[in-house]
Amino acid sequence: MIALQAAAPETAIGQTNPVAIGFFFLFISITLGITWWAARLTKTTEQFFAAGRSISAGQNGWALAGDYMSAASFLGIAGLVSTTGFDGLIYSTGWLVGWPVVLFLIAEPLRNLGRYTFADVVALHRRQKPIRIAGAIGTLATVTFYLIAQMVGAGGLIKLMFGLTYETAIVLVGAVMILYVLFGGMIATTWVQIVKAVLLLSGAFLLAVLVLARFGMSPTALFAAAAERYGDAVLAPGKQVANPWDAISLGMALMFGTAGLPHILMRFFTVPDAQAARKSVFYATGLIGGFYLLTFILGFGAMVLVGPDAIRAVDKGGNMAAPLLAEVLGGTPFLGFIAAVAFATILAVVAGLTLSGAAALSHDLWVNVFRGGHAGGDEQLRIARFATILLGVVAVALGITFKGQNVAFMVSLAFAIAASGNFPALVLAMFWRRATTTGLLASMIVGTATTLVLIYLSPTIQIDILHRDSALFPLKNPALVTIPLSFLVGAVVSLLTTSNARDEIDRFEERERQLLWGDKKGVAP
Amino acid sequence: MAESLRALARTRWRVAIGFTILMVVIYFGFILLIAFNKPLMARLVTEGLSLGILVGALVIVASWLLTWAYIRWANRRYDPELERLRGEAGR
Repeated sequence: MIALQAAAPETAIGQTNPVAIGFFFLFISITLGITWWAARLTKTTEQFFAAGRSISAGQNGWALAGDYMSAASFLGIAGLVSTTGFDGLIYSTGWLVGWPVVLFLIAEPLRNLGRYTFADVVALHRRQKPIRIAGAIGTLATVTFYLIAQMVGAGGLIKLMFGLTYETAIVLVGAVMILYVLFGGMIATTWVQIVKAVLLLSGAFLLAVLVLARFGMSPTALFAAAAERYGDAVLAPGKQVANPWDAISLGMALMFGTAGLPHILMRFFTVPDAQAARKSVFYATGLIGGFYLLTFILGFGAMVLVGPDAIRAVDKGGNMAAPLLAEVLGGTPFLGFIAAVAFATILAVVAGLTLSGAAALSHDLWVNVFRGGHAGGDEQLRIARFATILLGVVAVALGITFKGQNVAFMVSLAFAIAASGNFPALVLAMFWRRATTTGLLASMIVGTATTLVLIYLSPTIQIDILHRDSALFPLKNPALVTIPLSFLVGAVVSLLTTSNARDEIDRFEERERQLLWGDKKGVAP
Repeated sequence: MAESLRALARTRWRVAIGFTILMVVIYFGFILLIAFNKPLMARLVTEGLSLGILVGALVIVASWLLTWAYIRWANRRYDPELERLRGEAGR
């Protein structure tokens, strides 16, 4: 309507931006300072993995928000809304609704039943080795796919914003992240998340206020301006929910996947008790919900003030909508600030993922499988640090391997694995008397394996990536099938193996008491 | 004693699953409305505000309210009962 051919906008994106680099180094200096401070407090395994249970509910609330709000949600959703309007908003709600479920079903029992990993909880009173192996596989699968998406996103983003090469960017992210986790453990990672969450929320808030200031502080005036320029259709559902089953399946992966993400679950072990775990999810839900409401404003703001064509001209996926909006509103310095915030966001999420992967490798696999539970704290800590370096190097290698690939689907794949491989086993293990080792094992293995196979057979891979004409499995995300299947397999196999697991079942009351009271404070009645 | 603890565990489970079902109904209700009644969601409530955007924002508000209600229940009912049982057990 304005111009048929989208002219490339005047933008400093893609050029070296001194303000961005300045803010970025400021962030790195502050967070490395925190790491130096945290390193002196990190002497035991409990401090390394669980910050010595010293994180308060408020701090953990911010850290949960920091762990969860990835650049994908900040840049991705703002981009989707700015180019598709209402359809992008469907994601804004989907990313939040898992949090209340985490509060109702997971946070408090998890805190009371486990030490460092969710496999602690599934394996309680059951055969350790098989469950630990399956739990570690579920954790590492989730973490790997999430890491690939973050690393590839980081490389592309930093290349666009700072003018560095893709490989340099990836190595930089990997190196800084290893420093945080290796030396500062959970204490440093937690504070990096908090700093990042404060920066991200205040950056998004400032952007939203600046947008609304142009529309008399009225969101509806902003939406009306969008509708006036691009038609009422931008305020209405479009093609996104063409197939209701697709939408429901993705919704299930988002809702129940949040409650199975290892780096989120791990955060509940850092607080002193179940009450603090409960409160921290309340704060996190408030912060994350507020952030996603802001994406409504940012998305439509970018649509009106920058324009969908100009956004697509810079990046086909629309990911530069928020930075472009910042440039329009506050010039190159504000662009630099938002770019640095986006970088900080990726760095923090990657650190959280790596730490949870290191816990699975060291605590679950090394100590409880290879050493049969007999390993000193020093050994566990040494292995955890070794695992951190290993995972950091693997993350860099994966980031470089997947350069230029379409990896956006990997985030929803990670959520689908978490929702089908980890979440059902966790719920069955905590709340169901008759859950047996074999049943839980079957649930985890079938959940993870069917998710991987069905994703491979889905249109996401077959049509979008391999460019075939059709796909064997109709849904883009398999969660609608794999979550119920995982629950069903877990229940049926448990019932079939009851006779071999009498003692596991008989200890249910003991588990239930620990679920309510925790193991330290609970006095045996 | 063990009986009251079992009863509290059962109540906790019922509350947790009840709230979870509410959240599921609210969110998937929103998705189903979008899937099956696009014209309704496209209807404008006032200038610039479609029903879809309003309901989307309300889903976020509903998530807040549900977490708030759960916390309130936990603080007012669950924690005191747990504390009482702990006192009984300590005696």
